[in-house]
Amino acid sequence: MYYKTASYRAFTVFNYVLLTVICLSCVLPLIHILAVSFSASAPANSNLVGLWPIGFNFDAYAKTLNNPNFHNALLVGLQRTVLGTVIGMSIMTLAGYALSKDTGYFKSRSIYMWYFLFTMLFSGGIVPSYMLIRELNLMNTMWALVLPVAINVFNMVLLMNFFRAVPKELEEASLIDGAGHFRTLFSIYLPVSMPAIATISLFTMVMHWNSWFDGLLYISDYRKYPLSTFLQTVIVQQDFNKINIDVNELKNISQRTVKSAQIFIGTLPILLVYPFLQRYFVKGIILGAVKE
Amino acid sequence: MKIHADRMIVRERQIISQILEGGNTVDNVVRKPLKNSNKMRKREREKLSRTWPLHMMLLPAAIITFIFAYMPMGGLVMAFQDFKPYDGILGSKFVGWKHFEFMFQYPDSKEVIWNTVIISSLKIVFGLIVPFVFAILLNEVRKIAFKRTIQTLVYLPHFISWVILGAILTDMLSSKGIINSTLISLGIDAVPWLSNGNWFRFTVVVSDIWQNFGFNTIVFLASLAGVNPALYEAAEVDGANRWKQTLHITVPAMIPIAVVVGTLSLGNILNGGFDQIFNLYNTLVYDKGDIIDTFVYRTAILNGQYSFGTAVGLFKSAIGLVLIVISYRMAYKFAGYRIF
Repeated sequence: MYYKTASYRAFTVFNYVLLTVICLSCVLPLIHILAVSFSASAPANSNLVGLWPIGFNFDAYAKTLNNPNFHNALLVGLQRTVLGTVIGMSIMTLAGYALSKDTGYFKSRSIYMWYFLFTMLFSGGIVPSYMLIRELNLMNTMWALVLPVAINVFNMVLLMNFFRAVPKELEEASLIDGAGHFRTLFSIYLPVSMPAIATISLFTMVMHWNSWFDGLLYISDYRKYPLSTFLQTVIVQQDFNKINIDVNELKNISQRTVKSAQIFIGTLPILLVYPFLQRYFVKGIILGAVKE
Repeated sequence: MKIHADRMIVRERQIISQILEGGNTVDNVVRKPLKNSNKMRKREREKLSRTWPLHMMLLPAAIITFIFAYMPMGGLVMAFQDFKPYDGILGSKFVGWKHFEFMFQYPDSKEVIWNTVIISSLKIVFGLIVPFVFAILLNEVRKIAFKRTIQTLVYLPHFISWVILGAILTDMLSSKGIINSTLISLGIDAVPWLSNGNWFRFTVVVSDIWQNFGFNTIVFLASLAGVNPALYEAAEVDGANRWKQTLHITVPAMIPIAVVVGTLSLGNILNGGFDQIFNLYNTLVYDKGDIIDTFVYRTAILNGQYSFGTAVGLFKSAIGLVLIVISYRMAYKFAGYRIF
C-alpha cells in the first residue's frame, strides 16, 4: 500500500505539521487578543504579552463594561440583530415558500425569480441608496439598518431549496384537506424545516451583528451606533470627534488592554453561535449550489 | 371532508337499496350524484389552483426589494446630473457624460481603478490556488478526528467581521506589534505591513486568503467526496504511487469545480473588498491601496461630490454586470454549470 512507503510517511509528517501551523494561524490572533485583554496594562503596552496573559486581571473588562457608550452600543447592536433577524426571516420565509412552487402551478414564479435575482447582478450603489434613506427620513433610525438588508436573495434561494426538498405529498395532503397556502406553510412546512430556518436565522444574525458600514453611513448620532460601527469608529478609525467623551474615558479607551477587551466582547456572540453555525453551513452551501 | 365522505356513504346506500328494490334504472340513479361530485371537485380544484395567497406572500419581499434595490437604480440618473441635495433628483440640472469624462481624465480615479483590478486579480488567483492545494493536503489526512478539527477551526475567520479582523491585524502588524517584534528578535528587519504601498497590497491579499480559504475549501472537498475509490485501487494495482494518483485522479476530479469557481469570480474583478480595505488602509497607502468603493465613499459621502461618486459607482456596477453575464455563460460552456 502507498501509505507504507518511506517517502509517503515523510510527506505525512510534513503534511500534519503544515496543516497544524495553518490551523493555528486562524486561531492564534484571537488568543493573542484575549491574552492582552486579561493582562496588566504595563506589559500589554510594551508588547510583552504573547499567548498567555501577564499580570492576570479583569480590569479591562470592568472598564469596558462601565463605559456608558460601549453599553449603549452593545444594546443597540443586540436590538438591531434581533429586530433584523425577525423581520428578515419573516419576509424571506414567506417569499421562499411561494417561490418553491412549480412554475407549472404558479405561473408568475419566474417573473418574481428574475425580479429578485436581478438585484444580485446589479445595484444602484452607495450614493443613491444613501440619498434614498435621506429622502425617506430614515436617517438615524433603526429602520435604516434593518429594512434595506431585510432580503438577502442568496438566503432566500437557500430557503426556497429547503422547501423544495419537503415531500410533495405533505403539501398535497394538506391542500386537499382544505388548508390554504398560509396554513400549509405554518402548520406543515415550518415544523418540518426547522433546522433550515434555524440555519438561515443564524446566518442572518451573524450578518446583522457584523454589519458596520450601514451604521456609519445612515447614522450620525453616535448614541444610536450598533456595536460594530462603534468599534469601527473608536478602535479602527480612532475618530473621537463624533463621540462625546471626557478625557478620563478617552485615556481608558486608548489603553491596549481595554481595546482588546472591546474587540473580544464584539467577537464573543460569533464564537458562541459558531459551533451551531459550522454544523449547518457546509450542508447549506452544498444545497445552495444545487441548481433549481 | 368528513361531511363529504358521509354523504357518499348515504348515496351508496340509496343506490344499493334502489337496485335491490328494482325500482329505478341504474342509469338514472348514478347520474345525479355524479353531477354533484363534479361540481364539488371543480370547486376544490379551483381552491387548489388559487395562487393569490402566493402573491400575497411575495408582496412584502417585492415591496422591500422595489424600495431598497430598484429605487436606488433609478437614482443612478444622478450620475448624469449636477446633483444638489437641496434641488433633489427632479430639480437638478442634466450634464450628460461630464462626470464620466472627468473620471477618465482625473489621475486619481484611473489609479483607483488600476489598484482595484490588481488587488482583486491577485485575490482571485491565489484565492483559488490556496483552497485547491489545501483540499488536496486535507484529503491525504487519514485520521478523521484531526481532519475534523482542522476543518472546524479554519472556517472561523470567515465569520468574523473586518472591523474585528482589522483591529486585530492593525494591532499585530504595527511597527511594535507581535509580528514585527518576533521578526526583530530573529534578527530580521521590521516590515511596514500597513504603511508601505506594496507591502499593503501583499498584506491585503494574504489576509483575504487567510480569511476565506477554509470556507472556499468546502466545495473542493465536496467534489473529492464524489471520487470513486475504485479509481485509486486500480491505479495502485497498476503501480502508480500516491503522487501519480493525486496528479491523475484527485486533481482532474477537482478541475471542473475549479473552472466554475474561477470563471464566476471574474464578476468580482472590480470588487477589491471594501470592508477589508476600509478597515486596514490609511493615508500613507492611498496610492497603492485605494480601491473604487473606498474612493466613492470618500469623494461622495465625505466630500459631497454626489454626482461624481455615483458616476464612478455606475461605471463599476455596469462593468460588473457585463462580467457576471459573460462569466456565467463561460461557466456553462466550459463546465456545463448553470446557476439559474
